[in-house]
Amino acid sequence: MSGVLSASVVADTFTLPTIDYGALAPVLIVAAAAVIGVLVEAFAPRGARRPLQLVLVFGSLIAAFVAVVMHAGIRQLDGGGAVAIDGPGLVLQGAVLLISIVGAMLMAERMVDPAGDAFAARASTLPGSEDERQFSSRGFLQTEIWPLMLFAVTGMLLFPIANDLLLLFVALEVMSLPLYLLVGMARRRRLLSQEAALKYFILGSFSSAFFLFGSALLYGYSGSIKFGKIAEAIAGNPGQNMLILVGVGMVAVGLLFKIGAAPFHQWTPDVYQGAPTPVTAFMAAAVKVAAFGAILRVFYVIFGGLRWDWQPMLWVIAILTMLIGAIVAVTQTDVKRMLAYSSIAQAGFILLGVIAANPAGLRGAIFYLVAYAFTTLGTFAVVTLVRDSTGEATHLSKWAGLAKTSPLTATVFAIFLLSLAGIPLTSGFIGKFAVFTAAIEAGAMPLVIVALFASLIAAFVYGRVIVLMFFADPPADPPAVVVPSAFTTLAIAISVAVTVVLGIIPQPFLTLLEQAGVFIR
Amino acid sequence: MEVTTAAGGAFAYLWLLIGFPLAGAAILLFGGKRTNRWGHYVGTLAVVASAAYAVILLLALMGRSPEERTVVQHIADWIFINKFSASIALQLDQLSMVFVLLITIVGSLIHVYSIGYMKDDPDRRRFFGFLNLFVAAMLLLVLADNYLLLYAGWEGVGLASFLLIGFWQHKNSAAAAAKKAFVMNRIGDVGMSLGIMLIFVTFGSVTFSTVFDQAGEASDTTMTWIGLLLLLAACGKSAQFPLQAWLLDAMEGPTPVSALIHAATMVTAGVYLIVRSGPIFDQTIVASTVVVIIGTITMFLGAFIGSAKDEIKKALAGSTMSQIGYMILAAGLGPVGYVFAIFHLLTHGVFKANLFLGAGSVMHGMKNRENMRRYGALRAAMIVTWLSFMAATFAIMGIPPFSGFWSKDDIIHAAFEHNIIIGICAILAAGFTGFYMTRMLVMTFFGKARWEDDQHPHESPPVMTIPLIILGIGSIFTGIGLLFWGNIETWLEPVTGFETRELAIPAIVLEGITLLVVLVGAAVAIAMYRRSVAVEAPKGNVLVRAARNSMYDDAINDTIAVRPTYWLSRSLVWADRSVIDGIVGGSAAFVGGLSGRMRRLQSGFARSYALAMLGGAILVVVVMLLVRLP
Repeated sequence: MSGVLSASVVADTFTLPTIDYGALAPVLIVAAAAVIGVLVEAFAPRGARRPLQLVLVFGSLIAAFVAVVMHAGIRQLDGGGAVAIDGPGLVLQGAVLLISIVGAMLMAERMVDPAGDAFAARASTLPGSEDERQFSSRGFLQTEIWPLMLFAVTGMLLFPIANDLLLLFVALEVMSLPLYLLVGMARRRRLLSQEAALKYFILGSFSSAFFLFGSALLYGYSGSIKFGKIAEAIAGNPGQNMLILVGVGMVAVGLLFKIGAAPFHQWTPDVYQGAPTPVTAFMAAAVKVAAFGAILRVFYVIFGGLRWDWQPMLWVIAILTMLIGAIVAVTQTDVKRMLAYSSIAQAGFILLGVIAANPAGLRGAIFYLVAYAFTTLGTFAVVTLVRDSTGEATHLSKWAGLAKTSPLTATVFAIFLLSLAGIPLTSGFIGKFAVFTAAIEAGAMPLVIVALFASLIAAFVYGRVIVLMFFADPPADPPAVVVPSAFTTLAIAISVAVTVVLGIIPQPFLTLLEQAGVFIR
Repeated sequence: MEVTTAAGGAFAYLWLLIGFPLAGAAILLFGGKRTNRWGHYVGTLAVVASAAYAVILLLALMGRSPEERTVVQHIADWIFINKFSASIALQLDQLSMVFVLLITIVGSLIHVYSIGYMKDDPDRRRFFGFLNLFVAAMLLLVLADNYLLLYAGWEGVGLASFLLIGFWQHKNSAAAAAKKAFVMNRIGDVGMSLGIMLIFVTFGSVTFSTVFDQAGEASDTTMTWIGLLLLLAACGKSAQFPLQAWLLDAMEGPTPVSALIHAATMVTAGVYLIVRSGPIFDQTIVASTVVVIIGTITMFLGAFIGSAKDEIKKALAGSTMSQIGYMILAAGLGPVGYVFAIFHLLTHGVFKANLFLGAGSVMHGMKNRENMRRYGALRAAMIVTWLSFMAATFAIMGIPPFSGFWSKDDIIHAAFEHNIIIGICAILAAGFTGFYMTRMLVMTFFGKARWEDDQHPHESPPVMTIPLIILGIGSIFTGIGLLFWGNIETWLEPVTGFETRELAIPAIVLEGITLLVVLVGAAVAIAMYRRSVAVEAPKGNVLVRAARNSMYDDAINDTIAVRPTYWLSRSLVWADRSVIDGIVGGSAAFVGGLSGRMRRLQSGFARSYALAMLGGAILVVVVMLLVRLP
């Protein structure tokens, strides 16, 4: 593993780092399940693959979550310092796993689309070709999505605990590559989906290049790729030079791309719209949690001593992100694109927690992430249900008067939108409150005012959809709200429950975050 | 020194007092139609269970020495924010005990009565659900150990009152009355919430014991403000001047509601609040004087209105205002009066419930018509109702040995100790009481029958008359019982304090004068209404017309509150349309336009996205470097 690499870089004589496999169990369980999943694809008969994969996916995710819970007390560096298993890391891992479980439920849904699940029967067939029709009509299912998803989860689990730059890069790629593929596998509107996948891949590689270059600069400055060592080098050398400042900037670009912060956000609407909606839900929620986990660790641990240098830069990014996300969302007519811009704005709000650079900011950002993730899962889950003859009816005009035909669906969607808007008694309010107060505590009052302004614009966006659903007349050909199987029903129920419960009794989770403490070096 | 003890033994299940009716309300309101058949029994049983437990608690409390009769049960931590804390904790002491008994026992009787009264109503289950909800909230109000929890109960009874006044919401008048009660109560609630905030700011706590222990340390001005704010709250809830107008309209609710909520219990919550906050009012001569004045004004106001109204329930509502005026007056007198305020509250709770249920029984037999000018000579048709109504009438007039005599006489006595003018006012109001009650009695049960042609008066079924009989007996004996057997003065003394002063004239003379004035009032009424009552109300002089119009309270409210509000809101709407909407609309258009422009940056080409990223990276690095420059 990369831990081996990093150890050999700093030591003259090669010593094998000790690895506490128990502490890494969550990552290892999911990775092993992914590998077994590949074998299942290769050797199991076609009919048996889906049941086997589902057992593997849910079994491994739940087992990994149990492992995380059992590790609750662990605070240690592992793998020769390449990973840091600490409170925030474990909370983020747990969140990633729970989000993945709900996301997997959405991906497993087979009832809403009459043709099968949300994925192309054969991703390799040309869109619109005879082959495609053949595979579709014979009821083929693409079960390779499951190992791909598990690999992505492996990367996400490593991302927030990676404690050296090289492992961080590996985790980033392990997370991203399967997602590029998953994005391109939509059953309907395949050209859009494939275009989105390619864009995501190209731009993702571009951002990775920035990240790698930044890492190289940081190594050049400090002589190490370990977070702790770099931080020590920064502390020991107050007069920084170009190397460290440009390095920080480059690394930041790579990470900010993943959370869709402006001006690195432009892939987000295209990809969210093109990807199969369950995948959109999964990546909008899980990638954001994992990537923000890494950002928090990088900025708190490595660059903590440099905060006066990077805070202005993040101010600019946060303001751009919040305003662009909220303002452009106003004129969106496609519900998935609207949600994509909303997620950009939300990323901007979470950045306030990073900028605060204090324990309250860390807690607030994590709370916000979890609240946002479940609400987002729920919104996209509802999007999968509103359909017409061509698939999901994503044009907003189709959503008019939804409350008259399906009051329950409209109400659930309204709850999610209210949470995204940050209305009290929903998780979104507590999240916003937490990061805003942390930012004020850190003296970022002007930023909070901008954030409130952006919230106002965003609230208009969400409010408009609610008004549309509840007070407008349905279109002439209203979409049908399909009745999903237990998978999606349960996923939506969990999302609603988390959204409401975290809004009304947030204290237990806040207490958990307090107990989790701060990052270790 | 009082000792507060944790709840144990018989007190361990204190929360059940509230739990029973709350569970009843939950079953009835969430159970839906399937509980229609047996729902009213569940509702009644829930309150009876609370009453039974209340009696057990009373016995247990009497078994303790007077200093140990304050029991606190901590149920849960409610709110903890920095210094601010409020817990869900119940406090049972002598004061709350008597309230609990009044609420549960009178409540039980009214529940039983309602089984008969609401028999033909399709929504009887919902009615009982709301009644149970009310009982639970009222018990919470009197059992709370801090102002914030009291406030929760306070709003709970307000909600139940709103729901029950508007219970027959198909009638426009009922819906409007519910709304009126709701809005006017909000005004009082503003006082309540500001008062609680000021208490917290001043004392750092909202718990009764903590606040009262430090009551002497705050400045006079602060205490005056707290007192006035709490008084405003009490005025709203207890229909005291100037927030009295809603009570008459509240008679649109079903009669058992008027009996339970708008006569016996909820409207007396204001008296409870003032007596409970006694240590605060003791510190402020200004606020307690205002309390006395408000009580005196309302006492007359209610008496006037009660003397002129022809609808039996509205006349009773006027009388309720007047009697609560007595209580508020007594409460304003300080430790001299607290005990008597509560004493009168208890006896009033019984006899006024009796009067309302009697009125309900009459209306039940008269096709729900309320106009007393169309009654008359009903004593033969409804003997039980008549006799119990008589007992209650004598009680409220203060004829010895009926219960009102003992309690009202004490208040008049205390008023004289305080100030001779207030004392004379109290006696005069007693004369009015004699007048309007005798008028009601004569117009309804005596004289000639003035019934409309389709009327066939009949006595109500036993399920309604039995509660009447019990309350009738209560109207006779509650006063003697509480005073001589219950020793109400010494019982309440540890909580409210108690003191007496010597009077210049002997008590027996004062009692004699009072009785004389009452009898004069009664005689006037008999002289006016015995022989003939016009079916159509005569025009009457200015005063009569004013009283018939509830002293023009609606017109006054219209002039001083409603119309200025309309005017204000119209100008605000204008400002909103032209100024705010201009700004909002303008900024919305601005954002929309910006959005449309920025949207074009999203070209769909990966190459332009990559270019934007490169630009972003340059931006990031430049900002990083710029910060270092200076």
